[in-house]
Amino acid sequence: MTAMWRAGLAAFSAIILLQACGQQTGDTRDLSQADREYQHVLMEALLDAAPGSVIEIPAGVFVIERGLSLANVDGVTIRGAGMDETILSFQEQRAGAEGLLVTGANNFTIEDLAIEDTIGDALKITGSENVIIRRVRTEWTRGASTDNGAYGIYPVLTRNVLIEESVAIGASDAGIYVGQSDNIVVRNNRAEYNVAGIEIENSMDADVYGNVATNNTGGILVFNMPNLPRPGHGTRVFDNDVHENNTRNFGHAGTPVANVPAGTGILVNSNDDVEIFNNRVGRNRTANVIISSLHSAGFSELGVESDFDPYPERIHIHGNTFEGGGNNPDGIDLQALRIALFGPTGRIPDVLWDGYVDEAKMVDGVLPDDLRLCVSGAEVLNADGPGGYGNPRIATAEHACSHPPRAAVELPF
Amino acid sequence: MKHTLPLLAAALVLAACGNDAADRPASAPAAVVDPAAWETATVFHASGNPARLEDWGQLRVEGDRLVLAEGVVPYGLNTALFSDYALKLRTVWLPQGAEPAAWHDTDTFDFPVGTVITKTFYYPRAGGGFERVALEMDPDAHFDGRALDLSAVRVIETRVLVRRDEGWAAIPYAWNEDQRSTRLARTGAFVDLTLIDAGGRTQVLNYQIPDVNQCAQCHVTNAGDGQVRPIGPRARHLNGGYTYAHGEQNQLAYWREAGLLNGGPEAGGAPRSAVWHGELELSGMALEAAARAYIDINCAHCHSRTGHARTSGLYLEPSDPVGPAFGVCKPPIAAGRGTGNRLYSIVPGDSHASIFTFRMETDRPDAMMPELGRSLAHAEGVALVARWIDAMAGGC
Repeated sequence: MTAMWRAGLAAFSAIILLQACGQQTGDTRDLSQADREYQHVLMEALLDAAPGSVIEIPAGVFVIERGLSLANVDGVTIRGAGMDETILSFQEQRAGAEGLLVTGANNFTIEDLAIEDTIGDALKITGSENVIIRRVRTEWTRGASTDNGAYGIYPVLTRNVLIEESVAIGASDAGIYVGQSDNIVVRNNRAEYNVAGIEIENSMDADVYGNVATNNTGGILVFNMPNLPRPGHGTRVFDNDVHENNTRNFGHAGTPVANVPAGTGILVNSNDDVEIFNNRVGRNRTANVIISSLHSAGFSELGVESDFDPYPERIHIHGNTFEGGGNNPDGIDLQALRIALFGPTGRIPDVLWDGYVDEAKMVDGVLPDDLRLCVSGAEVLNADGPGGYGNPRIATAEHACSHPPRAAVELPF
Repeated sequence: MKHTLPLLAAALVLAACGNDAADRPASAPAAVVDPAAWETATVFHASGNPARLEDWGQLRVEGDRLVLAEGVVPYGLNTALFSDYALKLRTVWLPQGAEPAAWHDTDTFDFPVGTVITKTFYYPRAGGGFERVALEMDPDAHFDGRALDLSAVRVIETRVLVRRDEGWAAIPYAWNEDQRSTRLARTGAFVDLTLIDAGGRTQVLNYQIPDVNQCAQCHVTNAGDGQVRPIGPRARHLNGGYTYAHGEQNQLAYWREAGLLNGGPEAGGAPRSAVWHGELELSGMALEAAARAYIDINCAHCHSRTGHARTSGLYLEPSDPVGPAFGVCKPPIAAGRGTGNRLYSIVPGDSHASIFTFRMETDRPDAMMPELGRSLAHAEGVALVARWIDAMAGGC
């Protein structure tokens, strides 16, 4: 299984070695004038939160030394004075796996503040319904570094979640990550210098639009991973700007995103019912769009539950604007592929597909129309994963089809 | 279950004998107890957060002893959660006239309203300074079945779990430096200690008293109802001998006799976790049983289908088979730095390639497991689980 992702992994290993000698770190925020007392007020306010409480955090830079948490209370709002005015700095954090952990809190809103330099995840919200994250910035201020925490904005096991006008910078996994959730809108956000800019994983019904994803390793990812309580499907990715996601992969080996090749624009892995349209995608050096199965993602299949469906199906790519990209793919295998097929100055086509299909679903040797990868307005390269990548070929004509448009996600608030 | 490492324990008792003035902070001269401060009778506080442990009457400082009130029953667990090598004095009390707790095969017993459970975290003093504490493996050191010897230990905190009409509440108290009084610590606290082992080696120990929401992170074992629950008082953890003031007895048998518990099979037919207090060099069935007991009490309160870590798809309850969902060749999902650059949770036969052991060994807050409750690695626990993984056949 030397796969296209593995190619990225090989290059990634080399990067790790380099990193050990010279971690890319800029200056972190100066805390010499920061407020060190307010944290106790905030902790008490979180403990005392009652249904309907509004916790207002004033402008200022506040040192927080331990993970904050809000648990099992509905209708709480946490509100700052702006994502550049109210700054919770966790640079001196001593305990806690997250900056702010919110559990079992329905009808929860957090807005207008920044969470910086947490040891682990910045903002994790789990087991909650009706969640609004608005104008929140999560950032590791030294820039892209493997030393940064994993996730920036991280709702998981949530229902009805809106993330808008927020900013995520520097996460060593995903800047904005929605996992194992239902009914999701991620719009008008900016994700930069993360390994994954925006990621939807094992989730149902997500709309991702109006976002800017740039300078990440991969811009926008739609994933299904095995061995989770639930799979997901059904995502629309539209009207986004996904460009120059060429930052080296600084993720932790073993995490799913650590295998993502640098220079990936939009990546769908093992997920079904994904509609990708009206995006502006460009100058992502491996490929502007990658469609792949778990088979090419570089994991042992011994540990994969038997009922996991690794095949991305009913993928519809149309109406996007592409510019450049694919000119310098991450990893020697893809680089060799590019040169062999397209010459020294050629580029990987805008849609790179690993070529895996579920043979059990084939009828007379072809996949039924309603399961196919349909692409219009872009060239498709079939990398021939099932054939050991022996016979990669341009397959644009085979994907000239379409699926009915997916319905918009509607939130109840 | 007591005195599993008698020689070591004896050595530490000797080491801890330096009970001189240097073991107290300068600001706290002698053992001054305000006798009026400690309630003499057990009290059920049906609401609110009493300002001091003293208000509960479950425990009481008398001279150099922390004494259990009448009707307050101490208990131990066959295998315990690791908490930075702190020793734990656990007690349970049911109000007069309350129905006994109802038996459950696997879950926490169903305790009546009014039940108060306390857990007091302490270390033997190592001498040479108030912050110097000793690493001790005997889970009941300095406790005689009725009282804790305050001259020999430093008490850090006492956590109260109280069963009220609306459910359980968790209320943490920090012990003051005078070691005679406590204060409510809802937002938690840090306590800087130096831990000294039997060989004289020292480790910096940044002990963390959790805040109330952090209590819930472990004790909400079913995220579906969001209710705090005790974790230890389950049949399998209690089904073993305990040295009471009146002598040794099986805890399930004593609880029934004392009116604390009703129903369920006799001890011989009841679920039972292995007893493990740091023994190394186990093999075969004993190794398997000890590793599973350790993983159960340290991991499974979160890593279950209803717990906080259900997002990971890693299920570590005693009833879960050792397969992909237990971590065998399972790639991580959202581990971040917690992978330690390793690819699978458990690689059979290779603990050094397994994320499991990495997350137990590291003390980085974003990578370590459990996420809460320790700042040090549990060397003996890591060794136990590593040995268990190394004994597995296969690979990934």
